[in-house]
Amino acid sequence: MRLLIRRLGFYLVAAWAAITFSFLIPRVVPGNPVATAIIRAETSGQCNSACVHAIELQLGFNVHTTLWTQYAQYWGNLSHGNLGFSWSENAPVGGLIVSYLPWTIGLLVVATVIAFAVGTLIGVLMAWRRGSWVEWVMPAAAFFQAIPYFFLALVIVLIFGQTGTMLKWLPSLFGYDIYTVTPGPNWSYIASILQHAILPGVTVVLASMGGFILTMRNNMLTTMDEDFVLVARAKGLPTRRVVTYAARNALLPVVSNFTLALSLVVSGQILVEIVFNYPGIGYHLYQALSELDYSLVQGIFVVITLVVLAANLLADVVYVLIDPRARQAG
Amino acid sequence: MAQNTTLMAAVAGGGAPLPEGLPGRPRALRLPHGPKVIIGLVILAVFVVVAIIGTWAAPYSPNATNVATWVRHVLVPGTGPGTGVPAHYYPLPLPPSSSHLLGTTVFAQDVLSQLLASTGATLFVGLLAAAMATVLSVLVGVTAGYIGGFADESLSLLSNVFLAIPGLPLLIVLAFYVPSAGTSILLVAIIIAVTSWAYTARVLRAQTLSLRSRDFVEAARISGEGRLRIILVEVLPNLVPIVAASFLFTTLYAIGVYVALAFLGLAGSPTSSPAGLWNWGEMLREGFANNAVRGGWWWWWAPPGLCIALLGTSLALLNFGIDEFINPRLRVAGLSRRAAKRAGIRVRPSFGVTAVVRRKAEPGGEVAAP
Repeated sequence: MRLLIRRLGFYLVAAWAAITFSFLIPRVVPGNPVATAIIRAETSGQCNSACVHAIELQLGFNVHTTLWTQYAQYWGNLSHGNLGFSWSENAPVGGLIVSYLPWTIGLLVVATVIAFAVGTLIGVLMAWRRGSWVEWVMPAAAFFQAIPYFFLALVIVLIFGQTGTMLKWLPSLFGYDIYTVTPGPNWSYIASILQHAILPGVTVVLASMGGFILTMRNNMLTTMDEDFVLVARAKGLPTRRVVTYAARNALLPVVSNFTLALSLVVSGQILVEIVFNYPGIGYHLYQALSELDYSLVQGIFVVITLVVLAANLLADVVYVLIDPRARQAG
Repeated sequence: MAQNTTLMAAVAGGGAPLPEGLPGRPRALRLPHGPKVIIGLVILAVFVVVAIIGTWAAPYSPNATNVATWVRHVLVPGTGPGTGVPAHYYPLPLPPSSSHLLGTTVFAQDVLSQLLASTGATLFVGLLAAAMATVLSVLVGVTAGYIGGFADESLSLLSNVFLAIPGLPLLIVLAFYVPSAGTSILLVAIIIAVTSWAYTARVLRAQTLSLRSRDFVEAARISGEGRLRIILVEVLPNLVPIVAASFLFTTLYAIGVYVALAFLGLAGSPTSSPAGLWNWGEMLREGFANNAVRGGWWWWWAPPGLCIALLGTSLALLNFGIDEFINPRLRVAGLSRRAAKRAGIRVRPSFGVTAVVRRKAEPGGEVAAP
């Protein structure tokens, strides 16, 4: 328990740091980029003077109060869930992000779980059968690990996507068929969502699996040299059980290093969403970047960070559950 | 983007076993070897050469366009003779041919020239960012691990915060506020380095902590050596393999995020003013944004993507070599079935033992076997 409370404390500090960074950066960089963005909003015709004033308040431009007052105001807004106003979407940022999140989190969770499970299994298998042909998985995994997510997405669209030129098997644009399906709790909508999630999901799984395979293989090889494995073998336990014991122990560092893996998958998925026009946070981040909609960009940054921190806390809980040493220390 | 697998194991184990020098053979010469390392080095060398001579060797300037002959002109339906509307044409890129080995873009530019000219910025941003990040992480990690106390607490907190905040979104916000970032290799590299030093710092801190309490460091301290000298002479040399592995890993990561930034349009366009640098991510962005996938113009976007993957694979292969050097338990991977048979080892793998074989033909060279 004490470990978890300490971790929770740390994540609060990290969240504070990210939010403060997001508050400070438009206020400390030399004026040009912020001014350009505000002119862009003014001249777009979609943003009246009240809207421009709201953006100026959000970014601390042309505001004549002290930094501390603005900081207090910023936190006050944040505590009411007010992340500012997006002029390009003509809606409050908070509400927009809430509508994007389910797409991103749904895809992310399913893809990460599959990549983690399959990658870990392959990693165990590679360590178990080392020296045989499975060694050839290693350069392949390295290759997949080195491919940028969005390039893999482009290749998959080309081969399997309906907007590609080869097989045209599966839809590769949008989160559901926006022309023929009405959103709502009906079967055709759900089927359409599932169908549209296949290609982006496969991309994220393939691109992130290499890392899980290599990590697990290396941990497993290291663990298999531990004394307890030798003892288990000497006791005459069947190989399958010995491997299971070793695998369970080799899994611990993977879980405790989940932060890094997750950060990479999230970064990758942002790019995958762009290629598939998938209506999640990444795609809308891309839109906001091209419109210079700073409020939306920063809102998305804050929310992604908070989601990732929450996921890390969850990984810590899992770690405490599976490692008795962590429980005892607490 | 990749995870640095060995370093994870190193942290988890509280310190990887460092290679001990064999008697009669200087350690400096026992560099990682084996087919993986050699293949990795060869690929990397090719890219370095291309990066240096790329702009010069390119048949055309990457920005040069020739609207008259470098694209196919297709008549827009409903215009031209017989419709009463003046003829309008839209351009289609040319597929690879002898005059354009990788075809052209929809802007009537030569893809091969762009690919060659892009290699430099892509590779040098990666290497420079990794070098800066590595220096930063050695400073932070070794200081935190060796000095301990409050310095350790605060530096560890700093690196953990940087680790917990997802890297690419942080980088996006930073690059968003520095619109001129894409115009200089140095500026992009600094922004990337600032966001990518933390993991290595944490690994180095753990390793320094473990080294710090070893006998040879204690001995140096008791014999009255200064703190700086102990760090430079006793601790740092023992961190070299980890630093090298981290450098390769960070290079791989930096190239990945640079390309991603360019793909998002945050690294400046080469045709805007001030002009951004040509890089593989920019080529992918232009291809994607101009429907190269839908149009089936694979020659436009596939080569830069494959180059990134190939360069990344070469760095990863080198990393495997260093991994096996740091952690002998992984070294069996380099032993093929035939080599094992020649060394007289049962090939069927088993658990619990990593045998060390010394071949006669290669005195001192050791091969770990199952």
